[in-house]
Amino acid sequence: MFCEKATELVRELQRAPEGQLPAFNEDGLRQVLEEMKALYEQNQSDVNEAKSAGRGDLIPTIKFRHCSLLRNRRCTVAYLYDRLLRIRALRWEYGSVLPNALRFHMSAEEVRCLKDYGEFEVDDGTSVLLKKNSQHFLPRWKCEQLIRQGVLEHVLS
Amino acid sequence: MTEVLDLHEQDSDGGSEEVVLTPAELIERLEQAWMNEKFAPELLESKPEIVECVMEQLEHMEGNLRRAKSGDLKVSIHRMEMERIRYILSSYLRCRLMKIEKFFPHILEKEKMRPAGEPSVLSPEEFVFVKEYMDHTETHLKNVALKHMPPNLQKVDLLRAVPKPDLDSYVFLRVKERQENILVEPEADEQRDYVIDLEEGSQHLIRYKTIAPLVASGAVQLI
Repeated sequence: MFCEKATELVRELQRAPEGQLPAFNEDGLRQVLEEMKALYEQNQSDVNEAKSAGRGDLIPTIKFRHCSLLRNRRCTVAYLYDRLLRIRALRWEYGSVLPNALRFHMSAEEVRCLKDYGEFEVDDGTSVLLKKNSQHFLPRWKCEQLIRQGVLEHVLS
Repeated sequence: MTEVLDLHEQDSDGGSEEVVLTPAELIERLEQAWMNEKFAPELLESKPEIVECVMEQLEHMEGNLRRAKSGDLKVSIHRMEMERIRYILSSYLRCRLMKIEKFFPHILEKEKMRPAGEPSVLSPEEFVFVKEYMDHTETHLKNVALKHMPPNLQKVDLLRAVPKPDLDSYVFLRVKERQENILVEPEADEQRDYVIDLEEGSQHLIRYKTIAPLVASGAVQLI
């Protein structure tokens, strides 16, 4: 049946718990787009035939294909937009440097979108010179982000 | 710290007058704006005056502390206070940014339709941010999927796709100025409109839509 691949994409995201970003299903997306292309071409030829040969009986089929096309589009856009929302939530949590494991799950366009977005984030703008293995006594809130990224270690002694 | 600050405010005629605030009052205003923003389901009016004054105040405090002799207990306490204020300010800005990101098509549309003379919900920087955010999202969707689709399906209306803020959600509030004759619309069809009065100092749980203008005017405080 039509739109199966598209609903599978959406279900993939539904299965992933909140806060997790599964790998970008490029293959799946490509299949949906191919299906859309095939549907559209079939519809085009049927529309021509309906008009020229007066075959009004083709119209329900045309309508059905059109609905499938709309559904495919809705699923794809939902898939892409939901991924963007997840990436955005991760960004808020992790700051400017995303762990490499995450990066592998994102498509090249998503990284670009993220980078452009990153330039406008509200930043406190303080910087501390951190040489390797040096120790500092810093207020906690400044360190928190870097500790999460594994750059700094909290030394209790 | 006993200096006072100048805060330009709009009075009812639309002209601006200087209102002089003590630092304590300024911080109280910041906290009120912060709480309102946190609990309101939609993006509230931007308060650039408060943000600017608070930043000035923080710089001033930083300057004072640098000159004071270090190791003094007062210095640590003042620093803690500064961190606290800084946190509230950035939490306020973060809250606004999150709402902007969540509802960006509707916010942009509202800004486009705003009559001249009405204050904006967005600061100039936020406006630039929203426009770029919209651009980036549209470009991303277009490049990844839409441009590969049949020609008559390549446009997606983000205004319809992205959910609107839920103005019917319930909020807690405390009444600062007495209000009379607030019209409460029914939720279910069997109920009818009724009118309530809000006494000063009382606390209520009510639908946001009913009291939205009162939040903007400062007559109630969301808690």
